[in-house]
Amino acid sequence: MGLLSDPNRRRALINLLTRLNAPICVVCYMAGFACFMGLSFEPFTLRTYMSENAMGSTMVEERFPAGERALATGREFAAHKKKIGGMPVDWLVKTMQARGLEVFTQSFSRTLPFPDENKERYMVKGTNVYGILRAPRAPRTEALVLSASCSPGDENNQAVGLLLGLAQYFRNQIYFAKDLIFLVNEHDLIGMQAWLEGYHHTNTTGMDWTPLHGRGGSIQAALSLELNSHVVTSLDLVLEGLNGQLPNLDLANLFYAFCQKLSVLCTIEGKLQRNDWDSVSGYSQAVQTMMLMVMKQASGRPWGDHGLFLRYHIEAATIKGINSFRQDKTDATTIGRLLEGMYRKLNNLLERLHQSYFFYLMPSLSNFVSIGYYMPAFGLLAVILLLRALDLWVQLVTPPPRNEERVNDIAQSCPGVLSILIPLVISHLTGVALYMLPVRFQEMAVEHFPVSETEAVVLTAIAVYTAGLALPHNTHRLLSGEGTEQGWRVLKLVAVLYLAVLLGCTALINFSLGFILALTLVPVAAFVTPHVPKVLSAFALVFLSPACTLLFSVFFYQELQEMPVSFQDGWILYLSVISQGILDHYLYGSLVYPLIALLVYPCWLLFWNILFWK
Amino acid sequence: MAAPLTLLFLLAVTVRAALFNSSLKELISDRVEVVSPLTAWKRVIEGLALLDLGVSPYSGDVFHETPLVIYLFHFVVDYAEVTFMLADLITAGCLYMAVKDYNKQVFRKQKFALEADRYPLDCLELIRSPKEMHYIPLKVAMFYLLNPFTILSCVARSTCCLNNAVIALFILSTIKGNLLLSAVFLSLATYQCLYPLVLVAPALLYLLQHQYIPVNFRRPNFWWLVAQYLFMFGGSLLVVVCLSFFLLGSWDFLSSVYGFILSVPDLTPNIGLFWYFFAEMFEHFRLFFLCVFQINVFFYTIPLSLKLKDHPVFLIFMQLSIISIFKSYPTVGDSALYLSFLPVWTHLHRFLRNIFLVSCLLLASSLLFPVLWHLWIYAGSANSNFYYAITLVFNVAQILLVSDYFYAFLRREHHLTYGLYLKRKDGSEAAMVLK
Repeated sequence: MGLLSDPNRRRALINLLTRLNAPICVVCYMAGFACFMGLSFEPFTLRTYMSENAMGSTMVEERFPAGERALATGREFAAHKKKIGGMPVDWLVKTMQARGLEVFTQSFSRTLPFPDENKERYMVKGTNVYGILRAPRAPRTEALVLSASCSPGDENNQAVGLLLGLAQYFRNQIYFAKDLIFLVNEHDLIGMQAWLEGYHHTNTTGMDWTPLHGRGGSIQAALSLELNSHVVTSLDLVLEGLNGQLPNLDLANLFYAFCQKLSVLCTIEGKLQRNDWDSVSGYSQAVQTMMLMVMKQASGRPWGDHGLFLRYHIEAATIKGINSFRQDKTDATTIGRLLEGMYRKLNNLLERLHQSYFFYLMPSLSNFVSIGYYMPAFGLLAVILLLRALDLWVQLVTPPPRNEERVNDIAQSCPGVLSILIPLVISHLTGVALYMLPVRFQEMAVEHFPVSETEAVVLTAIAVYTAGLALPHNTHRLLSGEGTEQGWRVLKLVAVLYLAVLLGCTALINFSLGFILALTLVPVAAFVTPHVPKVLSAFALVFLSPACTLLFSVFFYQELQEMPVSFQDGWILYLSVISQGILDHYLYGSLVYPLIALLVYPCWLLFWNILFWK
Repeated sequence: MAAPLTLLFLLAVTVRAALFNSSLKELISDRVEVVSPLTAWKRVIEGLALLDLGVSPYSGDVFHETPLVIYLFHFVVDYAEVTFMLADLITAGCLYMAVKDYNKQVFRKQKFALEADRYPLDCLELIRSPKEMHYIPLKVAMFYLLNPFTILSCVARSTCCLNNAVIALFILSTIKGNLLLSAVFLSLATYQCLYPLVLVAPALLYLLQHQYIPVNFRRPNFWWLVAQYLFMFGGSLLVVVCLSFFLLGSWDFLSSVYGFILSVPDLTPNIGLFWYFFAEMFEHFRLFFLCVFQINVFFYTIPLSLKLKDHPVFLIFMQLSIISIFKSYPTVGDSALYLSFLPVWTHLHRFLRNIFLVSCLLLASSLLFPVLWHLWIYAGSANSNFYYAITLVFNVAQILLVSDYFYAFLRREHHLTYGLYLKRKDGSEAAMVLK
């Protein structure tokens, strides 16, 4: 407490911090970035290990024999799907019943706020079919879910086949102490959303669905299956769920452990693990894997059908079969065995998965970075904002040298609440417009311009965003005269603290999003004053604004996927990413779009406002 | 000054009415930061339902409000929202009048001191002018009515608003020098939530000062006033408690209200310090630590009363803040009451040291409460440690704030006696160090 009470030491520290403010900030920024890049260096990461006792020490023998028969069922399913031209509900019901499950269906319908051009759907109607295998050995208070979506075209048939095969096999097993629910959902996430809402009796997004007639116990864990070929070369694990939420790390550990046991090639983010961490290429592979995870998590969208389970406190992941040109293939029997093993282990759970980490990043499947390691990187960026705020505060309250000037100075140092409040209110109203207008005014836009609804929404969003820059933010001048020197300092103090709190909260909920925003917005917040060269800084400000960050992220993501795109394609991709982001918000309740529109963008506008204070 | 005050009241009522009619109402009234098991409106409704069925509202473990409150709402339950808005307005009005009166007295005292040449010459810049004091009462009312904490607890219909109103009435009647009303309202406040008991000391000190009776244990008129006040306080407390007994016909409420406050059986997370600690603790230490935690509220009364015996209103502020930090089921509404006093001490601003740090901490922690709650309860990815960490930050910030004001107040008094620019014996400039 010496620092808080001893005036001499305080003064010394504050002097140091204000005098060396700029260098300290630069060092912090570099250190934050370096710290983040260092996270994926293997010696700095932790090796994954199974924390959950119930899954770690027990032995499981996998005996699933019927891979070929499962694939045959998949072919049959594909044939029926083709015949009907949609989900073969009756066939599924019959087949599941034949395998001894209690089968139920749920139909749902949903009209999207505007057409989804990526998946070509607008008015969605569909049916979910699910069968419950009641636990033979326990009071049926808990359940596990295995799901496969019925996609249009020729996709995912093998997954449905394997699901039905596993159902048949599990029917004859006596080990299960939890209900097993086999779910075939239509229209991927929309169907999943309907089913989950029906299962938990909630309705958060205003979708129409019929209530479920059969239910199991409370769901402990879920896996979604995506298989598009008879044989696969590797299995990919997808963890990122809605709003960047991740399942418990033990689920990933479980998958990894069984891949090791059955010697199946496994990847995360589509990247194979390398053993040569000390070579440049090994390190760059780890960086790429982690960056991909960061980008995906920051997008806040569910990257597989499992993504919506996480909202209901259910640990879930998607397992995706990948078939590339490699020689050694894995057949359906082995995948079936892998799933059997995972379910047998999950069946042993005595309580929900909670032992291991929930906040982590994975540079590879065998290593992870926990919250204690990556938060310092963010903290170093956030501390810049606090240092700048401290600097501004000291400038604002430094007592004037002589007593006579005090009265004048006080009059000047209180720039009036209005001149601060007006920029704040205007920028937030712009944010509200950015949030409301695109979807509200799509019909009007379609009438007046030759664009489709989706284009109308995206272009309106971009237009409002750009219009925000041109808005007369300097209305405060009309009201209280020329912007004073103290005025912008107070406004900047408010804006910097606002940004610090905003980024802090974001990083807690979704670290990746918070970190990416901090990486781009913190320099803006730190350097902008009305006295820096206008044109250059305006350019820098726009360059680092949230919309441009998104644009760069799109290119960067493509680059990481090793699918670089030309600028033209990148721009089209950018537009579709915006529309997907808005759709995710309206369909599943993803928070990224409202966060950017209602909070981050107004905050950025405040800095824009400070730049043009005079 | 009536026009701005009316405008302020209108604004406050509009904001509250708008929130009452929005969908946020339900969300807010479920927040653990805003309602405690003692003050939750849901529980009051439950108690009313039990009462209507002819069952004692205290049977079961839901309702913990006092019998008078439940009988009050028995009559006005259809106008609950109006009642709560009215309670807020009464609080603000009382604080406004009380602070106005207090400022007048401060100014008068300062004038006497100036005329008697009691202040050192270089202290002139510490002297307060009527111009700067003019808007303070209005600012106090504004700080109370427009504080988000107050608005939240009003919209959540937390009975904390009623408690605040009673305390404000007590402050007003004390500052007006009305012995009887002060004792009656204090007994009501004590009856409502027990902890305002510690306000007896500042009230007595103030009333003594008001009647120009020095605090001297050998003077009979000192003892006479103390006896009078304590008798009125005890008497009205007895009357209120007996009235509750006759209304309900049983003494159930004593254990259910005061036992509940003192023994802290409900460990629902809140912004206080109790829940986590007692959830983690071994059962056989519980009684000991209960005493340790509860004594915090009462213990500071003695040293603070000794130190601040000439400044009872500042003592009231200190006591209110200590209650709201250390009470067993604190809510943000409790903090709002003492925060509304901050404008009264604007003249201390030049002596405050950590105000930047404290305001950053308060701001960040109040915004992090819902975020960490979401992560813990809904997302399931964080745990109670995260939430408790923020609770600690919030309380440390409050403690820093209060101790900062305390230090600033004492320092100003020191300067008023010894001069603003202190010199060491060798003539160099001295600095004050708190160790």
